[in-house]
Amino acid sequence: MTTILRLLGGRSEWLICLGVFAALLLVVLPLAFNGYFLNLLGRYLALAFVAIGLVMCWGYGGMLSLGQGVFFGLGGYAMAMFLKLEASTPEATAKQSTPGIPDFMDWNQLTALPWWWEPFNSFSFTLAALLLIPAAVAYVFGYALFKRRVSGVYFAIVTLSLAAAMSILIVGQQGYTGGANGITDFQTLLGWDITTDSARYVIYYICVFLLLVCIVLGQWILSSRAGRVLIAVRDEENRVRFSGYSVEDFKIFVFMVAAVFSAIGGAMFALQARFISPSQVGIGLSVELVVLCAVGGRFSLLGAAFGALLIKTAEMYLSDLFPQLWTILFGLILLVVVLAFPKGLAGLYELARDYALDHFGSNQSHAALEEHADKRSLHGREEGFLVRAKRILGGIR
Amino acid sequence: MGGYTTSEIATIMAMQGIAGLSLFGVFLLMALGLAIIFGQMGVINMAHGEFLTLGSYATYVVATMFESYAPGLFSYYFPVAIVLSFLVAFGVGYLLEYGLVRHLYKRPLDTLLATWAVGLIMQQIFRSIFGGRGVSADAPDWLQGSIQLSQMLFLSRSDLFVMCIAIAMTVIVAILLYRARWGMRVRSTTQNRAMANAVGINTAKVDRNTFALGCGLAGIAGSAFTTISATTPTAGAQYLVDTFLVVVLGGAASLLGTVASAFSIAQAQSILEFFITGSMAKVLTLMVVIGIIMLRPQGLFTLKVRQ
Amino acid sequence: MQHSNWRKSIAALTIAALGGAGASAAGANEEYPTDEVNTTGLAVTDDTVEVGILHSLTGTMAISETGSVEAEQLAIRQINESGGVLGRQIETEVEDGASDWPTFAERASSLLESDDVAAVFGCWTSASRKAVLPVFEENNGLLYYPTFYEGLEASPNVFYQGQEATQQIIAGLNWVHEKENAETYYLIGSDYIWPRTSHAIARHHIENELGAEVVAEQYFPLGHTNFRSAINQIRLKNPDVVYSIIAGDSNVSFWSQLNSAGINADNQTVLTNSVTEDEVKAIGAENVEGHYSAMKYFQSLDNPHNKEFVEEFKEMHGEDSVIGDVTQAAYLGPWIWKRAVEKAESFDVDKVREAARGMEFDDVPEGYVRVHEENQHLWSKLRIGQWQSDGTAEVVYESDLIEPDPFPEDVDIDPDEME
Repeated sequence: MTTILRLLGGRSEWLICLGVFAALLLVVLPLAFNGYFLNLLGRYLALAFVAIGLVMCWGYGGMLSLGQGVFFGLGGYAMAMFLKLEASTPEATAKQSTPGIPDFMDWNQLTALPWWWEPFNSFSFTLAALLLIPAAVAYVFGYALFKRRVSGVYFAIVTLSLAAAMSILIVGQQGYTGGANGITDFQTLLGWDITTDSARYVIYYICVFLLLVCIVLGQWILSSRAGRVLIAVRDEENRVRFSGYSVEDFKIFVFMVAAVFSAIGGAMFALQARFISPSQVGIGLSVELVVLCAVGGRFSLLGAAFGALLIKTAEMYLSDLFPQLWTILFGLILLVVVLAFPKGLAGLYELARDYALDHFGSNQSHAALEEHADKRSLHGREEGFLVRAKRILGGIR
Repeated sequence: MGGYTTSEIATIMAMQGIAGLSLFGVFLLMALGLAIIFGQMGVINMAHGEFLTLGSYATYVVATMFESYAPGLFSYYFPVAIVLSFLVAFGVGYLLEYGLVRHLYKRPLDTLLATWAVGLIMQQIFRSIFGGRGVSADAPDWLQGSIQLSQMLFLSRSDLFVMCIAIAMTVIVAILLYRARWGMRVRSTTQNRAMANAVGINTAKVDRNTFALGCGLAGIAGSAFTTISATTPTAGAQYLVDTFLVVVLGGAASLLGTVASAFSIAQAQSILEFFITGSMAKVLTLMVVIGIIMLRPQGLFTLKVRQ
Repeated sequence: MQHSNWRKSIAALTIAALGGAGASAAGANEEYPTDEVNTTGLAVTDDTVEVGILHSLTGTMAISETGSVEAEQLAIRQINESGGVLGRQIETEVEDGASDWPTFAERASSLLESDDVAAVFGCWTSASRKAVLPVFEENNGLLYYPTFYEGLEASPNVFYQGQEATQQIIAGLNWVHEKENAETYYLIGSDYIWPRTSHAIARHHIENELGAEVVAEQYFPLGHTNFRSAINQIRLKNPDVVYSIIAGDSNVSFWSQLNSAGINADNQTVLTNSVTEDEVKAIGAENVEGHYSAMKYFQSLDNPHNKEFVEEFKEMHGEDSVIGDVTQAAYLGPWIWKRAVEKAESFDVDKVREAARGMEFDDVPEGYVRVHEENQHLWSKLRIGQWQSDGTAEVVYESDLIEPDPFPEDVDIDPDEME
């Protein structure tokens, strides 16, 4: 007990949490659930990619993007286009008036594959595209917006509009995009049948692995000097600017990282749901993702990822049982989080941990706590449990 | 696409101009409440659409009551409905500010999340009470039909009605903001809260009333919209993005800017709609507005806003 | 697994809530032993069989899909009261697709993989059907789909009770062409696959078969509320017929704006195949009065089976409820399944499918339908209803039985010709 507490108070705390989270995803869940449910959890984990991107860009960078769905969608559509082309062999589509093109194009009287679909025949191109296109879009928008110092609520509104425009565009161009139906019905990835139970396990593990990589990468960025500058920018942008830093470059960089993470999530979603549609691009999903991030903890990569998984799983069970009440409950959870626990689940964990340290910890663990307090504390300030609780609960007033 | 003669183009422009005027009325009415809340207070109220819906449902209830209890007076239900819609939305807005929004003034992005949650809850409550099916009140006689301006040009009475309400509300808001003592308090709070406090303005009260007034205006908008579209639990939410864009493009805190941007967006969309599909017209308008905001983030007209 | 027990108990609750009061047959089923009628591991016991209902109970589509759920539940109750299927009472597992297509796919896999239901009645939008289709094909499930839709699909795992586009469109256009001597058509629709495909079929038929002209084709996003530009186009082009496939709540704006612009049945013929009794309730009868809908079913159909159906439906779901085309089609689903199962004397999907081919029904509310021998759609009639001031439709035309043709050969239009 004491040992655990000492470790939790120490610098390896983050590693321990990561280990617990990884064990949950890699061992506990696959043992507890069958392939079908694991596949569902995998889809929820795909959303966790966006949530951790939001932690970096919103929690640490202060840029609330209500348009992360755009990047999620870009990744998802890129993956779906590749899979759809693979599924649309001339043999499989012999019934169509133009065999060899995706079925929805045929329904929309297209007689040839549009040129910009062609490269998606190649898997390596698809992988490159699903990372580079979102990064490029994020760069262009980030550059245009941050250089003109669009920030805060304006940034939120512009990104929100972007998500709206994008989903209307996809719906409107259905000959090229599948429209509101989206792109559906793909069975294989490079000849490998992805519908089998074993494939579900493999893809789930790939998804978890990528998520853990993204979390470690994100943590590394945040704890690097760039991360420190980012926090400083959030709290006092002008002071950083006057200190000679190019504030915009840091912001654009983090926005791009968040976009790439989201795109990876989108691709993993398309692969596991075997499906992508404009509702994975639009306002609804974009805002929901922010909510998942807020509930999990906007200052904690692990918290946000765990929050996304937890809320979506709860939704799966509860919305089935109480379809009417779930929406209201969801709204209330969000209200409570915003008012009382701005740090979300991660904040609750910190409270519990500090309580445990204060009450059961030995002197050594106290010492460890003191020593490394600034490592953990977001603002680098040293606080006792009561002060911290007061601050976290301060939202209520 | 082309193939129109010059005279046809002229007619089209005139027709679409009038259609654009109708849309302008809609945009202006939607944006007015938000222009006050977002423009003056810097608060993003994601539940704005739901206040609009609230006004629509209030109007629907009034119409149904008139139909059952006073069918003879049915033609006159609208004035009652508008006042009631305003009061209901004002009241709920007042409570929302008191119970929630005032705790979050220092965290504008959290206001956004909290009000989104409120909007979600309101939507579900509407759905539980009125069902998911769209409801619509019968329009009174004097709102049906249209006025013929020339052989091709017409203006429907309900559009004219929406436009008149929009203009009347704009004038009232302008007077309140720029000529009344209340407006002076609002603007001084906007410009410098500490000083405003120091000279004896109860800024907390000003905030509450400003927020509630913005919500009340949304209620009136909702009431007027029952004459042109169905009321569903999500009816208001559909307007949200348009509304924010109108306010941002106009420049926060500038009433004139809001009017000008509502007018330009409405006309642009209306004219485009004639030549390309409605979907693409919408995308194009959104992208152009986003582009302008990127080039000129402070909006077309600017004033200093409380940060 | 604990989870599936939990799910079963939910299913049991659902059945209790449905008032499945029909007494279950006691003891083992001697006439049809379970291991003979169920060789593929479906959820069939000696006295029960489990089926799924999969519609949106929440979200934007709940409004449209509620009627279908109600109709399916009515049919299942009636089947249970009359002794069930092969002596087994039907137990229903209701799942909520929540107006979200991935959720539909999720729920479909849960029904087929965890619950092993014998059949699923569900989906409404094409998008939701497309999302669940791979799930049904992989698990060899059976979906009974109630909505009229764009066609271009004939999955062996789906029975389509609604009309596909050619059934709904061609007879309607022929009728209006003849009656109004219509030479110019204005096509308007919501922007998604059903209206777009339908209009492609309509345009082809108008231009090639009727020798008439399409003056414009216009699309608006779902939920659009401003149709003033469209109305201006109608004024300017002055078409003989406006052909509308606008879906959902946009209809209210479209029709009321049309009416207040002074365009009404006296001066403009409007034909639609997206307005049923359900929509009229929201639009307001005064706005559609005198205009025409092309459907296979109207609540006012005058035959004893329909009268009985309407009465029982209202008894179960309230006097105010209205029954549109899709609701009636949804009601057919459980019956088609039951009859096919009994003919096959098996719940096995492959046998049920075979048994259903060519099966005839002459006691359904819409009159007579026949399951197509190959594409699993229904042979049905098309009726043109003229809307009356009380919100009901008067049937002014009834076609012969029309063969479903989900893949019309000659509708391939060069995209350059469009626009």
